[in-house]
Amino acid sequence: MPAADGTAADGTGRPEPNHGLRIFLLWLPVALVADLLIWFVWGPHLPPGAMSTSAATQQSAIKIMSVMAAPVMALVLVYGAYALVVWRHREGDDEDGPPIHGNTRVSVTWIGVTSVIVLSLAVFGTVELAGPAGAGAGEGNTPIWRPSGGTPLQVQVIGQQWRWTYRYPQFGGFETTSLMLPVGENVQFNVTSLDVIHSFWAYQLGVKADANPGVNNVAYTKPEHTGQVQVRCAELCGLWHADMTTAGQVVSLSAFNTWTASTRAQLAALTRNLPPYTLTYDANAVAQLGKVFQKAGLNGAGGGFYGSQYPVQP
Amino acid sequence: MSLAARVTTLIVAVLAVVGGVIFVVAHYLLGGPPTVDFAAATSGQVNVTMQTDASSDPAVVLDHPTWVSYFIKSPASGSWVHTTLFQVPAHTRVNVTIYGYDGSTPVRNQVWGQVTGTTSGVADYGGKPVKTVNGWNGPYLIQHTFAIPSLNLSVPVEAGPATCTTGPCTNNQHSTTTFSFMTPAQPGAYRWQCFVPCGLSYLDGNGGPMQTIGYMTGNMQVVS
Repeated sequence: MPAADGTAADGTGRPEPNHGLRIFLLWLPVALVADLLIWFVWGPHLPPGAMSTSAATQQSAIKIMSVMAAPVMALVLVYGAYALVVWRHREGDDEDGPPIHGNTRVSVTWIGVTSVIVLSLAVFGTVELAGPAGAGAGEGNTPIWRPSGGTPLQVQVIGQQWRWTYRYPQFGGFETTSLMLPVGENVQFNVTSLDVIHSFWAYQLGVKADANPGVNNVAYTKPEHTGQVQVRCAELCGLWHADMTTAGQVVSLSAFNTWTASTRAQLAALTRNLPPYTLTYDANAVAQLGKVFQKAGLNGAGGGFYGSQYPVQP
Repeated sequence: MSLAARVTTLIVAVLAVVGGVIFVVAHYLLGGPPTVDFAAATSGQVNVTMQTDASSDPAVVLDHPTWVSYFIKSPASGSWVHTTLFQVPAHTRVNVTIYGYDGSTPVRNQVWGQVTGTTSGVADYGGKPVKTVNGWNGPYLIQHTFAIPSLNLSVPVEAGPATCTTGPCTNNQHSTTTFSFMTPAQPGAYRWQCFVPCGLSYLDGNGGPMQTIGYMTGNMQVVS
């Protein structure tokens, strides 16, 4: 530690060096290198990539926040390393350090700078969430942020233990286990569940929205590159939760139109059996929808669903 | 407290902990249902026979005899085994026959009324090919499904007359659903499950047998 008279603690009588300047000169290149590495080397590989507008927004937000956080972290580490080296205990120096008093200038600078960083990042994060139509997050049934332009492609995402199915209401309402999306088009996911709480997580698209029974949760995105999309469930939903995955595809608009036409024709018989398209589905409505069950007066254990009158939990 | 009492307390505590560990290992880690082995394929195919039952004989199924359940017929002994685990060779045709002893329960999602992933693209209900079944309005009704999602295999199982409700049943009054599929070349465990929420007395039919290996879900182990 420096001596109380302002000379170096090593007893040489030399004036105490400007530690603040030393630390700053050490910190500056470390922070600069860290920021350059984050922006140019690590940044392009940060999750979730740039396959869609929402994914690209998330990636750039993580990049910017990392670039702002890295100098702060570098300062802490450089200061720590400097203190360990310069102010380490030396052989024969058993003297107590000088009493430490508050340094108003350092305190104000530290609190001011970190406050500015945190508050500006809070504003930045909010703007980033609002700008690209919710940034791929579920916005509930009445979304605040919507994409500009015409009507987006509607894709209903239906979670059930333990598989995702997708319904396309603008193409006759067919339902399939395949997620197919066109590149360059706005997509509106209407996410719901037939049983327990799931969470639709289309990783490469940067879309994540809870799938709740009886609730429609809207999320937007716009795929900007073709490729494969991994869909996972991000909410612990039972025995096979970890296995509730599917692979989706982003394809050209012409390939998407070909796929919808062929799938619509292929699934015509199945589509006739589906209930009318709605944003949510009542698990107990099957007894009303099914003529067989109506006629037989069946419900509960006799053939209908075991509804909320059976609150037994495993 | 006397020394003898303290020593006794310590011994009892140690025995309790050791007993608890042994119980957990034996009951939960080693006590799962057995695996029926179909790995000995003849002429590149195996025949797997199953049955579905509304409940089971308590002498056979000790844990939850009131639950709906699958049984698998052992090719070695010819007896019905209470399990949903079976082992088949890779890249082999599997011919499945399911005797349906359970009654009708509707699929929650009619998507599971469609047959996918079979070698012929259809399943047979008593010898009649079906591709899409309306599980709500007939003419065929569904009781359960047999689905391996990672292979895109999904087959609705035809409802039975429910004349035998305590499995394993042996009478001839059952529906018969047959289909074939190819096992993948890649060895590993492939999850299969029923997509009809059929857990009686559980909220929306989701609990109990739907969440428990040995009843309405299990694994197909593919070996090279």
